[in-house]
Amino acid sequence: MDIILKNGHIVDPSAGINTVGHIVVKDGKIKKIILASGIAEEETAKDMQIIDVAGLHVFPGLVDIHVHLREPGYEYKETIESGCKAGLKGGFTTLCCMPNTRPPNDNKTITEYIVQKGRSLRLCNVHPIGAITKKQDGKELSEVGIMKDSGCVAFSDDGRPVTNSLIMRRALEYAKVFDVPIISHAEDVYLSDDGVMNEGYVSTHLGLKGIPAEAEVIMIKRDIELAALTGGSLHIAHVSTAGGVSAIREAKSLGINVTAETTPHYFHITEDYVNGYNTSAKVNPPLRTQKDVQAIRQGLHDGSIDCIATDHAPHHRDDKECEFDRAAFGISGLETALALGLKLVEDGVLSLSTLIEKMTIAPSNILKLGKGTLREGADADIVVVDLNMEFTVDKEDLVSKGKNTPFHGWRLKGVSVLTIVDGDIKYNLKQVNQ
Amino acid sequence: MYKDLISIKDLSTQDIDLIISTAISFKEVLQRDIKKVPTLRGKTAINLFFEPSTRTKTSFELAQKRLSTDVINFTVPTSSVVKGESLFDTIKTIEAYGVDFIIIRHQSSGVPYLVSRFANASIINAGDGINEHPTQALLDTFTIIERKGAVAGLNIAIVGDIFHSRVARSNIYCLTKLGANVRLIAPNTLLPKGIENENVHIYTNLDKGIKDADVIMTLRIQKERQSGGFLSTTEEYFRFWGLTRKKMASAKPDVIVMHPGPMNRGVEIASEVCDSLHSVIYDQVVNGLAVRMAVLYLLSSAKLNYTGSL
Repeated sequence: MDIILKNGHIVDPSAGINTVGHIVVKDGKIKKIILASGIAEEETAKDMQIIDVAGLHVFPGLVDIHVHLREPGYEYKETIESGCKAGLKGGFTTLCCMPNTRPPNDNKTITEYIVQKGRSLRLCNVHPIGAITKKQDGKELSEVGIMKDSGCVAFSDDGRPVTNSLIMRRALEYAKVFDVPIISHAEDVYLSDDGVMNEGYVSTHLGLKGIPAEAEVIMIKRDIELAALTGGSLHIAHVSTAGGVSAIREAKSLGINVTAETTPHYFHITEDYVNGYNTSAKVNPPLRTQKDVQAIRQGLHDGSIDCIATDHAPHHRDDKECEFDRAAFGISGLETALALGLKLVEDGVLSLSTLIEKMTIAPSNILKLGKGTLREGADADIVVVDLNMEFTVDKEDLVSKGKNTPFHGWRLKGVSVLTIVDGDIKYNLKQVNQ
Repeated sequence: MYKDLISIKDLSTQDIDLIISTAISFKEVLQRDIKKVPTLRGKTAINLFFEPSTRTKTSFELAQKRLSTDVINFTVPTSSVVKGESLFDTIKTIEAYGVDFIIIRHQSSGVPYLVSRFANASIINAGDGINEHPTQALLDTFTIIERKGAVAGLNIAIVGDIFHSRVARSNIYCLTKLGANVRLIAPNTLLPKGIENENVHIYTNLDKGIKDADVIMTLRIQKERQSGGFLSTTEEYFRFWGLTRKKMASAKPDVIVMHPGPMNRGVEIASEVCDSLHSVIYDQVVNGLAVRMAVLYLLSSAKLNYTGSL
């Protein structure tokens, strides 16, 4: 059924809108936006579902260009379905999933499987990210062109960074032919040397092996140099260090084609969360220091960091409730990201409009998804958010199969109450249905 | 009242004093003809070693037997843990037997802490990863006090692989807490980042580091560190950081030399040193027994206050 969202405070950075108005959705598309308090003629039409969202905010559906949906192969951790449901609850309408499935998404068969599964579920828009190299082993390039035709929107070896600089150079050159970005999980794995948390006083204090910040910074710098050399399109995943932010800022000032994302855990919490051998705070790159948190916030503020992703990495409790050094890396992030982002607005780091930009149109533009906008004719992917609703994060309440969150017990503000994909209501917290 | 011994960081100086004075009493027992006392008769201890150990396990087992504790040894070969039972299932299974003490050694740092949070039995850390080995630090402290009267104000040099040494970490926490001037001597590759925040002095030069030392504690150098780029050859290590009689000349004349064992003669310590009158290495072994008896006794009677700060 077609929908009119009435009287919501619409924030759409792609169109420069930040005011109260109505949105008319027809045939799965944004038909028009009526600003101010005018009456939509469609209101009198039959077959229109009129939803009054006065007092609530309306944003383009959130876009997350870095998630792990675990399917195929690790369905005990997450499935495309459970991940999408977690996304919808978190206000996300588009998810781009990393290739470290089993088998990895390094060929069109896996790509097509993910695309088909996503389409048939009709929950979020699901776009796979393909592996740069076959088996993600950093040796031979995957069929980038064929996989792009099958639906891959970017290429990354994610958790297994390409250590060989020559292969990375070739990947950037080759991907340029097909106009797809290369996403770098920037980590010098020799320097991280099987570390399990940030290297520093806390790691020494806990007797845990550390990963120095330089493991990230060195790789970001290498990949920036290779992007400059090749003119390829480079996106840096989950920036966690002050040094990484500086390197990206400098590269951008030199006009190098690089974009970057960070995630909520890098702008809110530090390595101190690992105290008590807390495996829910074990993530790669690791949680860093207060100095890094400040630098990440500054990077978001000044635009060095283009967008916010979640690096949603759900794990089964068996993979987390064990010895710290044997526990899996990763944080389940889809259901807390929006509220944690809104906390940046409260902290004065970003305006509401800039935050939404970094969670909608900016990531969409990086991967050329054509999403994250409420412009007329766009797919009607919309989220309605109650900015004043408070909640306490309870890991057992997560819809994701992964209950691994270090934010358990946090009191946060801002809840998505209605998530619409292609004009259909997919998530409705309050069962709004006038 | 806490029931476990996980970390030296948890202990107050009063707790440490109580453990040492109790150990002194038990050492007296060990010098009797009949060395067994009925103190913990009817109690059961399990020595759960996930990592091979000869001396620590023997020391705990003997301490338990001297106190009339029933003892079971449970050695878990690492290989079967990889794909087998989870750590917590193993612990819960053992707990179901109704044991009073679980003594744990594990290759992963933090395991005794994690186990102590759900187990009802008293958990004693017998060494976790590169984190801590609290009873070793307590027996070393006991040995120092026995020879020097007190720890406060002493110059204590710890030489060797600080990075991988849980013995070093527990000793750093214990000896600085008691007011010693602790110096760490090692090549930079073997010093963990941030250790300088522990109120210690760092030296890369052995001669400078042991100047006027009252105590020199040498640590075992493992050959496999060569492959990790931590050091070049054991020969070079011995030349620069191995403790020889000649190098010891800058220490105090009555300096004592310690080693947690097992020693590599000619790598971290010269035979002429470990066999000299300066060496207290065999005192450490006896004192280890007495300290472990003291810890078992004090934990079973909940006499430790744990007012130490983390």
